[in-house]
Amino acid sequence: MRTKLNNRAEFQAVQAKYEAIHNSANRKILVCCGNGCVSSGSLKLYEEMKNAVEAAGLKCVVELMEEPEKDAVNVKKTGCIGFCEMGPLVKIEPEGWLYTKVQISDIPEIIESTIRNGEFVSRLAYRNAGILAKKQSEIPFYNKQTRRMLNYCGSIDCESIEDYIGVGGYSAAVKALFDMTPEQVVNEVTESGIRGRGGAGFPTGKKWAQVAANKAADVKYIVCNGDEGDPGAFMDGSTMEGTPHKVIEGMIIAGIGCEAEEAYIYVRAEYPLSVSRLGMAIEQATEMGLLGDNILGSGKNFHIHINQGAGAFVCGEGSAMTNSIEGNRGMPRAKLYHQVDVGLYGKPTCLNNVETFANVPDIINHGAAWFKSVGTEGSTGTKAFALTGNVNNTGIIEVPMGITLREVVVGIGGGIKNYQDFKAVQIGGPSGGCLTYEHLDLPLDFDSLKSVGAIIGSGGLVVMDENTCMVDTARFFMNFICKESCGKCTPCREGTTRMKQILENICDGEGTMEDLDELEEIARMMEKSSLCGLGKTAANPVLSTLANFRKEYEEHINEKQCRAGVCQKLSQKVYAINAATCIGCTKCARNCPVEAITGEIKTPHVIDASKCIKCGTCMEGCPAGAIYIENGRKGNVKY
Amino acid sequence: MVKVDYKLIDEILGRYDYDKGNIIAIMQAVQEEYRYLPQAALEYIAEKIGVSMAKIFGVATFYENFSMDAKGKYVIKVCRGTACHVRKSANVLEAVYEATGLNEDKPSTEDGLFTVEIVSCLGACGLAPVVVVNDEVHSKMTPEKAQALISELKEKEDVR
Amino acid sequence: MAREKNQSNDQPKVMIIDNVECAINGERNVLEVARHNSIDIPSLCYCENLSIYGGCRICIVEDDKGKIDSACSLKPRAGAKIQTNTPRIQRYRKMILQLLLGSHRTDCATCEMSESCKLQAYCRRYHVDMERFGKNYSDMPIDDSSKCIVRDPSKCILCGLCVRMCDEVQNIHAIDFCHRGKRTYIAPGYNDNIATSKCVGCGQCAAVCPTGALTVKNETETMWHMIQDPNRKVVVQFAPSVRVGLAEQFGMPANEPVTGKLVTALKRLGVDVVYDTNLTADLTIMEESAEFMEKLNSGAKLPMFTSCCPGWIQHVEKAHPHLMPQVSTCGSPMEMMGALIRRQFKEEEVYSVAIMPCTAKKFEAARPELEKDGKRLVDLVLTTQELGRMIKEAGIDFPKLPETEPDTPLGDYTGAGVIFGVSGGVTEAVIRRVLGDASPDTLQTIAECGVRGLDGIKAFEVAAGDLKLRIGVANGLGNADKLIDLVESGKEHFDFIEVMACPNGCIGGGGQPPAMQERKEERFQAIFKEDEACELRIPQQNPALDYAYSLLNNDPHHYLHIIYPDHGDVHHE
Repeated sequence: MRTKLNNRAEFQAVQAKYEAIHNSANRKILVCCGNGCVSSGSLKLYEEMKNAVEAAGLKCVVELMEEPEKDAVNVKKTGCIGFCEMGPLVKIEPEGWLYTKVQISDIPEIIESTIRNGEFVSRLAYRNAGILAKKQSEIPFYNKQTRRMLNYCGSIDCESIEDYIGVGGYSAAVKALFDMTPEQVVNEVTESGIRGRGGAGFPTGKKWAQVAANKAADVKYIVCNGDEGDPGAFMDGSTMEGTPHKVIEGMIIAGIGCEAEEAYIYVRAEYPLSVSRLGMAIEQATEMGLLGDNILGSGKNFHIHINQGAGAFVCGEGSAMTNSIEGNRGMPRAKLYHQVDVGLYGKPTCLNNVETFANVPDIINHGAAWFKSVGTEGSTGTKAFALTGNVNNTGIIEVPMGITLREVVVGIGGGIKNYQDFKAVQIGGPSGGCLTYEHLDLPLDFDSLKSVGAIIGSGGLVVMDENTCMVDTARFFMNFICKESCGKCTPCREGTTRMKQILENICDGEGTMEDLDELEEIARMMEKSSLCGLGKTAANPVLSTLANFRKEYEEHINEKQCRAGVCQKLSQKVYAINAATCIGCTKCARNCPVEAITGEIKTPHVIDASKCIKCGTCMEGCPAGAIYIENGRKGNVKY
Repeated sequence: MVKVDYKLIDEILGRYDYDKGNIIAIMQAVQEEYRYLPQAALEYIAEKIGVSMAKIFGVATFYENFSMDAKGKYVIKVCRGTACHVRKSANVLEAVYEATGLNEDKPSTEDGLFTVEIVSCLGACGLAPVVVVNDEVHSKMTPEKAQALISELKEKEDVR
Repeated sequence: MAREKNQSNDQPKVMIIDNVECAINGERNVLEVARHNSIDIPSLCYCENLSIYGGCRICIVEDDKGKIDSACSLKPRAGAKIQTNTPRIQRYRKMILQLLLGSHRTDCATCEMSESCKLQAYCRRYHVDMERFGKNYSDMPIDDSSKCIVRDPSKCILCGLCVRMCDEVQNIHAIDFCHRGKRTYIAPGYNDNIATSKCVGCGQCAAVCPTGALTVKNETETMWHMIQDPNRKVVVQFAPSVRVGLAEQFGMPANEPVTGKLVTALKRLGVDVVYDTNLTADLTIMEESAEFMEKLNSGAKLPMFTSCCPGWIQHVEKAHPHLMPQVSTCGSPMEMMGALIRRQFKEEEVYSVAIMPCTAKKFEAARPELEKDGKRLVDLVLTTQELGRMIKEAGIDFPKLPETEPDTPLGDYTGAGVIFGVSGGVTEAVIRRVLGDASPDTLQTIAECGVRGLDGIKAFEVAAGDLKLRIGVANGLGNADKLIDLVESGKEHFDFIEVMACPNGCIGGGGQPPAMQERKEERFQAIFKEDEACELRIPQQNPALDYAYSLLNNDPHHYLHIIYPDHGDVHHE
């Protein structure tokens, strides 16, 4: 049981204590427990690590202890370190060493070599182009990032409020509570220039000021949008599960600035880990008196409730989320009033994204000038992106606004996987557009992207190589939107259905050139007439791919060809088996879904091209690498 | 057709103050228990919190996660988010459908063993393509691995 | 609620729509400002009495900065410049209509709603000259289970007006949206038949439906069959509100009753006997006021609720069954006339028809309780809409018809009977009966006591002798529930409560031609015109009452009262 802190002095005493312990806790093993690594078994890894430390006769410390003990080994679960491609990740302090793809079988060696003898285990190091990196800071994936908001992911226990307080956590909230007026809080945020990180990029300080201006309201709400539904985006998830206290602290500060006492965090149902970590964090903070009534004797109350989504992407839209919290179908509302004036339960509501809130404590602690010191003039600060797709290094990154696309894809992402050609980057999920080779030197910030018809969106960056069909990509997103459309307004409900049908026809080789005009017309109508952001931006992937890859569409229609070899009915790819290297293991023949491969065991096999549906299963499973694609592809541009 | 324990439902309702504003959380708790929303349970809840059947059905069917039909013992979720799609999760889905004999219009097997669902993004994009079986995450899936997984499950259940 | 803005209060607020200066008079959106300034911005999902939905998107308008928004959810702002017919608006609006057509089963030639359908009208208005998109309308079957309305999902454009009407005004919420995206449809939970749901048959959903997705059940074929049968005597009664709803269907003004022409039309159709339900309205008052006085004197549980509205009765049965013992056991005027007709014609095979403004009456007529001495009291109920259709089908030029009096002896009525058509009418008639004074002064005092008007809820006191009666009047079931809440929570006491399920009362019934509030106010005026034109104004003055009672075999209670199952053990003298 934690002791409740009743005033500032008690908090400061406790903070000093945990800071001392944190600083003196020398030897730490931090096991990454972000969603990605957890999926790869890092929770089990953590348990085994603890057991192994104890079995080795070493003092194993999990929670922050009263008296720091020399030679104790702190074994902690830490938030997403970000380099998911290399997970499970384990960090070793004080050296700052990073071990990659750690398995349970590696634990004995880590204990023996690293913990007992202070030696680095090279086998577990990150290697790129033959160069080994020991420390996290030596890896390009990391040293080109600016991890401010995510700074604690990888250095403290994500399930411990004590660890958080020990590194300065909750001091911003305390400062805002006791040393600042609500106006000063709002001004600092405004000065920082931070713009909403959920995608719309609305100036956060301005939003807070609008909510605060509703002085007559008896109740106001703070709502945190954790409904990250963009396929390919998981920054908010990593933030909620990796550094939940920052989110909470940011919300408390918002509550102070806007003079609101009730708050909700809406977390999508697909993030149970985020829900449990946030729940844990709220419980801990409440126990210590940092949430609840009369926080630290300041007279200010703040309560946070967690609402779980139930599987509806559209609930990420502000008024749809409000409807969902109120227990209704998650349908957006007609925009007669803004949420800042009439929102949840009809009261003034400040709705911000997870990342926005997570940035706030640092703004209060270090000041607006500090925040503005990175980024661009119109887009200050850093942004978290989820870098995924056909890059070598996938994961969560945090970079200054204004960094170029090239620096992200090549510098941090390590370029395209498997030596394929770069084709495009999808940015902004189903509401966004694609950036091409021409845009590689484009700075990633709100305004630059807008100028080329794209958006930053929530931060999902999906890198696509030459084996990606842009028409299929447009179809994929439209299919997603169709399933997620709430169905309320005619343009979106009917428009997306029609667009999806047209795109499917094109991918099946039944498209006409008139279809392209139809797509554009429907898209323009949807953009202007839809009720909410989902409908208004639903056609962006189509418009963007049409603008940048029109040739590909035309090829699908006029030549019935899919240059990337993705659209099954159009693929001109011919799969063939190299008789010289085929070992006749029959694996391909057995796995072929249409029985197009024949051959005797231990003799070269043959693919019947007329039956082949070009699914690629044979090629992926061939142990001898004997299957290849004839008729190459029309090349794309190298980066 | 499962037999609904009304005392349990009362307990859930009590936890959420019988407040119709908490209808989603209430249904989530009921679904956690029965793995779907039995009609009898919804009728009971509607009466107790003072909403109509049309309303509660409307809310339940809006959200993807709520299932109005009983689910199989193994719920197989195949992620079709962007990152997984780009890493060919469509082929994985094909393989899963084939191995279970299911398709988009028929999500559950008759023997109550398998339900296949398509999800949009599980947030583990670094490990694409992803398949989740009853909360157990399987990463970097291939059609082959998918077939093997289902064969394994069938063997476990002594089914051919 | 809104953030304070610096706006001087003395200057009139004006905005420019289509280059026309439009005064802003507290309207909630630009759509209404425009309509009040003779600019009809189209809408399929907007209704002045319901919450703003913003779903159909054909009310989009463009401002001078090129921003496009829906007029129904745009706040009127002084100085704003809006255009409703820019090239983009025209293009997008047309495409939206084409999209709606694509997901709508167009069988305009045979559809019930043809010529009243708003989708059809807008397609004509905006010159949608081709069906651009292939058909993908719903293949869900037609729900014909209800006696009152018919649901056709293939025509539904998902405007949600029916859902909002049933929820916000009627507080029943029998139907709602299910699923989402293109799979959305509107139905009772689990897509049950509407008849077995919470639906009370009031037909208000059909009244607001812009297409043929929800229509009043059309039984005119049966009527033709009966009229054309030479061996059958067809006796028709028509309700107070029919005479003020019929006129509009023939382009005549709504604020004049057309009773005389109505009777002529019925005779020309081939009806044998035409009676006026106003008579039994008077009779109902006689019975109901007696019942009320008895309850007052015996200390029975109050308030007493009226019983003539079948939608209200079903609502009591489905939502407040414990209140039934407090509901009057008097039959409705339709029921009473049905009983009188059977008693008058005794052994003759008479086909008893009622023309009603009400869809729920179709249900009432088929109820097991509406059978006396082994005979159904009313064989068929036709709504005002259906009668209008038959008159047209017969080629009768209604506006040019001469006037005819209803048949005797069951055609006489007083003004008190006519006013049943409006909310508060029953109550006003009761007060007239109780006070028993037909002098103009008294009638005027009664008119001003708080009982008259189309407000959803009226609560007032009336002095009757040394009695002070507290009376409540509600129209719309949501308002009825509010009154019930006040009573059951102990916050207020009422002696008598009148409930009409339909907003405004029967003049706005589900069987009347659908109309905006303005039209309903004209119908209201028409009712009182007829009332004031009557020689006799209080029910007890009706000369046919004696005859009516004489038909009842000395057992008026048997014929004129209906005991529903939830009435339980109810004793009457």
